[in-house]
Amino acid sequence: MTVKTVKSLNIDIKHLSRVEGHGDIRIRVEDGKLAECTWAVVETPRFFEVMFKGLSIEMAPILAARICGICSISHALASARAIERALKIEIPGPASMIRLLAKHAETLQSHSLHLFFLVAPDFLNVPSMIPIMHTNPQVAETAVKIKWFANRAADLLVGRSTHPIGIKIGGLTQIPRKMQLKELAKDLDATIPYLWKTLDLFKGFKMPDFVRETELVSLRGVNRYPFIGGDLISSDGVRKEEDEYRSMTNEYIVDFSNSKLTRLSRESFAVGALARFNNNYDLLHPKAKEAAEGLNLRPGVHNPYFYNLAQLVECFHVMYESKELLLELIDLDTSKFSIHYKVRRCEGIGAVEAPRGILYHYHRISDEGKIEKADCVIPTNQNNGNIYYDLHKLVNELIVQGMEGKEIERLSQMLVRAYDPCISCSVH
Amino acid sequence: MKYLGITLERPKIGVFDFTGCEGCQLQIANKEEDLKDLFDLVEIVNFREISSDRREDYEIAFIDGCITTDSEVARLKKIRKQAGILVAMGACACLGGVNNLRSRFSLSDVIREVYDRHHINTGPVRKVADVVHVDIELPGCPISKPEFEWLVRHLVLGIEPQFPKYPVCVECKQRLNSCVLDMGLMCLGPVTRAGCNAVCPRNRLGCWGCRGPSEEANFESLIEILREKGFTEEHIAERVKFFNAFSGVLNSDR
Ligand code: SF4
Ligand code: SF4
Ligand code: SF4
Repeated sequence: MTVKTVKSLNIDIKHLSRVEGHGDIRIRVEDGKLAECTWAVVETPRFFEVMFKGLSIEMAPILAARICGICSISHALASARAIERALKIEIPGPASMIRLLAKHAETLQSHSLHLFFLVAPDFLNVPSMIPIMHTNPQVAETAVKIKWFANRAADLLVGRSTHPIGIKIGGLTQIPRKMQLKELAKDLDATIPYLWKTLDLFKGFKMPDFVRETELVSLRGVNRYPFIGGDLISSDGVRKEEDEYRSMTNEYIVDFSNSKLTRLSRESFAVGALARFNNNYDLLHPKAKEAAEGLNLRPGVHNPYFYNLAQLVECFHVMYESKELLLELIDLDTSKFSIHYKVRRCEGIGAVEAPRGILYHYHRISDEGKIEKADCVIPTNQNNGNIYYDLHKLVNELIVQGMEGKEIERLSQMLVRAYDPCISCSVH
Repeated sequence: MKYLGITLERPKIGVFDFTGCEGCQLQIANKEEDLKDLFDLVEIVNFREISSDRREDYEIAFIDGCITTDSEVARLKKIRKQAGILVAMGACACLGGVNNLRSRFSLSDVIREVYDRHHINTGPVRKVADVVHVDIELPGCPISKPEFEWLVRHLVLGIEPQFPKYPVCVECKQRLNSCVLDMGLMCLGPVTRAGCNAVCPRNRLGCWGCRGPSEEANFESLIEILREKGFTEEHIAERVKFFNAFSGVLNSDR
């Protein structure tokens, strides 16, 4: 059998579509060898670390939200958590439950946006969700129902799904009434069947075959699948406290990218749904495990295309857990949802699992309650290095298989998309 | 139907992102209930975030984000040439938005703080109208979904959109919200252009002025009230400057 390798190839994708923000893929093959292969983040930075400087702490979560239109709730939560941990304040129980519910709404909204609008078109061979509305109206209906619920939940819980209003230092600005929570629980029940329809849809999509073993980093939950705070763990056996985020991420700067890269035990690591799934499988809701079973997804997978499937499994987890949280809240005294605090000089770190992976905000606060220094490490920063090495391995394998240029281009784009990169966020 | 001399029948739309959080364009994909109606009303020919179709024959361009680099300036000018109607969408595009907070420091200090000695291609924060002519400004951080649809319907029908001129307070009272200013919170609702349905006061947060000033806003009297309520000059200034919506209204700016 003769092996047909690709002799020469030039792929130059400017501003990859169906991802958040601006990134370029460049692949050059000369004499059958990979001469260049980069995933370059060309988004222009906004310099958020500088923007925070000198602001009153009450403004920090509101500014942090503006880092990302998709995961604004995560940013607001991480920033508020950093300040609350710095000031050593414990927010009231009902407030932390509402925050977790809002977080779940964001996860559902972000994952479903990714799965339906960004990923599904690749498997249905269309450029976008728009033609799907006509060709597969039931798929479009499913997407719409799930996203509608996610947005409705965020609107009710924290005022708005993009740039939440209700999250403030010390808790919440207000708390939904019991009646509203009951209605939300009803809407949730009505949405669940659409999740199972989504599962059927994705069972029919064959993820490309590709494996590159890597280190997977996430929070580690205590009793609950982790979303807000906790220890940092990696699949290579590293375990650190939340405060040690710097030595968990080790940011460094490269020439070809405006996003900083990170590493831990190897040349790169990955965060996000697949990392959380692998590191916390035991804590998934039974229904989420059932969904994983249906997708043939088991812990220990190192195929990055399976990010898509891990996200879907997490949609099940957040929906079913939200139902339990809502029922619990309905029976709880929710009159206390915020506490007063006194400012003083201090510093703190807040880690949350944003939809695309672990997100850190650090704030140093002055005696007057102003932000003196801010730092944030974004999920996509942490994934960019891993995407880069994946892309190398993938393209090398495809060259050897003698794959056509078009196909190499398609699979490369799908690879980057699977990570659901949030590029504006990563450059911030 | 004609608007600004352009005949629009199922107009072709492009959505373009510059330096921002992309939250504004996300609102477009977010209005699920009638997403399909919207896509029937207009033809989306260029919207990178949700589609790999990229055509250059758009008639209306929606721009989100502020402008910071030379390549963005060039890209924006090219879009302006093609588009009959150019809409600046959101506080970043209309006002510079929160990005202006970095303008308090010198550009070299800004870069050094984040990237140390590394070379980064960036420039001062500019709103869209600083670079090209803007036909319509759709305010907010983020834009309001219903308002976006309302605007599109107007453009399709060729009716000139009339944005509310009155302040957020009017909507706030219509919704029977309790006034957060009376509850001791700072609120810029009295001087901010309505249209968001007073969503922040509704959720017990003062307005931060993301939609820019209302017509004939009486800043002096609001600032007087805020002082009387015990807010410091510094606190007032920080709030007023957050979205860069009210430049020049504070004595300290003059
Ligand atoms: S105006 Fe606000 S929501 Fe829109 S892009 Fe700018 S920061 Fe994001
Ligand atoms: S809460 Fe703000 S916007 Fe509403 S009435 Fe009071 S001052 Fe006006
Ligand atoms: S209430 Fe004020 S800050 Fe809030 S959305 Fe409306 S204009 Fe913007």
